[in-house]
Amino acid sequence: MVELWKKLFKAREAGIFLILIAIVVFLGVTTREFLTVENIFTVILNVSFIAIMSFGMTMVIITSGIDLSVGSILGAASVVMGLLMDEKGLSPFLSVVIGLAVGVGFGLANGLLITKARLAPFISTLGMLSVGRGLAYVMSGGWPISPFPESFTVHGQGMVGPVPVPVIYMAVIGVIAHIFLKYTVTGRRIYAIGGNMEASKLVGIKTDRILILVYTINGFLAAFAGFLLTAWLGVAQPNAGQGYELDVIAATVIGGTSLSGGEGTILGAFLGAVIMGVLRNGMILLGVSSFWQQVVIGIVIIIAIAIDQIRRAKER
Amino acid sequence: MKPILEVKSIHKRFPGVHALKGVSMEFYPGEVHAIVGENGAGKSTLMKIIAGVYQPDEGEIIYEGRVVRWNHPSEAINAGIVTVFQELSVMDNLSVAENIFMGDEEKRGIFIDYKKMYREAEKFMKEEFGIEIDPEEKLGKYSIAIQQMVEIARAVYKKAKVLILDEPTSSLTQKETEKLFEVVKSLKEKGVAIIFISHRLEEIFEICDKVSVLRDGEYIGTDSIENLTKEKIVEMMVGRKLEKFYIKEAHEPGEVVLEVKNLSGEGFENVSFSLRRGEILGFAGLVGAGRTELMETIFGFRPKRGGEIYIEGKRVEINHPLDAIEQGIGLVPEDRKKLGLILIMSIMHNVSLPSLDRIKKGPFISFKREKELANWAIKTFDIRPAYPDRKVLYLSGGNQQKVVLAKWLALKPKVLILDEPTRGIDVGAKAEIYRIMSQLAKEGVGVIMISSELPEVLQMSDRIAVMSFGKLAGIIDAKEASQEKVMKLAAGLE
Repeated sequence: MVELWKKLFKAREAGIFLILIAIVVFLGVTTREFLTVENIFTVILNVSFIAIMSFGMTMVIITSGIDLSVGSILGAASVVMGLLMDEKGLSPFLSVVIGLAVGVGFGLANGLLITKARLAPFISTLGMLSVGRGLAYVMSGGWPISPFPESFTVHGQGMVGPVPVPVIYMAVIGVIAHIFLKYTVTGRRIYAIGGNMEASKLVGIKTDRILILVYTINGFLAAFAGFLLTAWLGVAQPNAGQGYELDVIAATVIGGTSLSGGEGTILGAFLGAVIMGVLRNGMILLGVSSFWQQVVIGIVIIIAIAIDQIRRAKER
Repeated sequence: MKPILEVKSIHKRFPGVHALKGVSMEFYPGEVHAIVGENGAGKSTLMKIIAGVYQPDEGEIIYEGRVVRWNHPSEAINAGIVTVFQELSVMDNLSVAENIFMGDEEKRGIFIDYKKMYREAEKFMKEEFGIEIDPEEKLGKYSIAIQQMVEIARAVYKKAKVLILDEPTSSLTQKETEKLFEVVKSLKEKGVAIIFISHRLEEIFEICDKVSVLRDGEYIGTDSIENLTKEKIVEMMVGRKLEKFYIKEAHEPGEVVLEVKNLSGEGFENVSFSLRRGEILGFAGLVGAGRTELMETIFGFRPKRGGEIYIEGKRVEINHPLDAIEQGIGLVPEDRKKLGLILIMSIMHNVSLPSLDRIKKGPFISFKREKELANWAIKTFDIRPAYPDRKVLYLSGGNQQKVVLAKWLALKPKVLILDEPTRGIDVGAKAEIYRIMSQLAKEGVGVIMISSELPEVLQMSDRIAVMSFGKLAGIIDAKEASQEKVMKLAAGLE
């Protein structure tokens, strides 16, 4: 039993989990609304979109890459789904499939640019950030698209007992992503590439293939978050997901994924997303102005990265 | 004569390690004093204490007759104790002159007088070192050897009285090493005390006056070089009698396993050779002769321009390391840290990495078989510490090299290419690696060993291929080879 506790405490996620507990206890004491089942699920619902994207981002950052285009991919996929349903009269199912394919396409393009054209991930995905957002506006003409049939919106607004449907999606995707990263050969190779790309090539890993796969998964998950967000809001907006890339990267990094690559976990990314969500929610409950909220979130991100740097410096 | 620098009963403890246990030594002006010991013996810690990077827990440093205590490396440097570390600390984005005069720039008012600085730098390098160098060029454009000279030049310019050279020759060619030794000799004549750390015993006999030995943080002894032999030094280092350093068992090589015909690529041209089962084929030559490039091309890590590769008589196309691995080839690269290992991964994960496809169940890694593999590696190669979950970052050079060997041998290769397999690792681990090589050859593996250490090549190889300026200058039987013969071929004289 003591061993188990020791092991838990040593895990990378232990630190941020303790921070999360501290924040939760603090908010539980200072506000009456925070520790209610309803509010807890509201918080988790609010973070589920960012969390799903951060699962993909974790894989990208483990390879020591970055993807700035996820917010735009979300917007473009959302608009495509909306248009297909409302203007083309396609079934929700087919619309969603095509919308997700759009995300896969963007991710694949990122992966090819990074591996075959040898662009830096920062540059190629920065370009794709603009392309994706631009296309979302072109396709929609700048207008929001609605309404949608209930068979579509239920994926965002439905409840199973007290649990919102997007939270269930998030949990399922999280578990799959965790298993994929931790237990499969491909997952191990993702870590290897981030730890040392050249050495990975030398042991016979097809590094290009793995990188393309990772960016494609990331594009897919961004589009999937777009599907859930659109269903939840009941409207597809061309500016949906604007700025999300920063929240997603922040959640990933707060969760202990190292920007230098080779390290990071899905559980960490989830906790990172929850910390951000809890902070936002808590500050609203405490009546902190939204301007100050941004300041606090920024400081948390800086502290998280600083802790990571100190930890790494100690390792050397 | 009085010593310029003396350390007395120095103790240094780190969490869990007693790194120095009462070490005392004296260093005299105009003397080259070698400090030897296996990795972890405490050499680096002692040097860092002398250079002011660490402070001793007990004991004292006496410099120029006074007890001193450095709080910061800069205090030692200002007093005249300068260290040239193994890893260069030059600024390769700055010019040669800026590097030499770092911190003492020629100034005119608040501005740096570049003209004067460049003039001085050029003169200084030529007169003191006999090197023609463009002082305005970025230092990064020059070879490691020149960069190192510039670093030493900086020390000389600062009027160093004690110069610590930490593994200065590990990335130098034979010629560059000779050049460095000339500089060391001239500094010695000027009365500088030089502390020389090296794993290469041949060099110590060439340049040093005195040798001190450390083992497990303890001071074993000091003697002048005339009273010592290589065997004696190794014995002091490892604390037991080493029966044989180069372990090589005679046996008959089998049929040809690898044949290379007219292979060309970046850095080499038209190379043909063959390798038999159970044979150790040494590759000698100067640094930059194209040996590493040739091997990396055979392995599919670099693109080839032309030529053919045959495995067991069958022509094979190798375009990626994976193709080479599937043909039964393994490569232990020269640069362990950059190419050989994933430093932030554990021993277990490094060992299993090339074998993942063999220990999987569907898409999943079999953790049980992975663990077995790691335990096999640790046991077979005596990797220390014996913790499968330990990150290889924390292992010594010799143990890191054993991890690299283990990960390839787990694949049971037909051909194993070793590129400078003993570079930068201590004597005990070296002997261990020779033993493994010999064992592999006995089991019928074809072994290729690139090495810049001639004694190693001559002792371990069955045949020696010598490369010179990108061409294969010749292949000689080890029985008929001599240092001279190999060097002549390597220099393109024959």
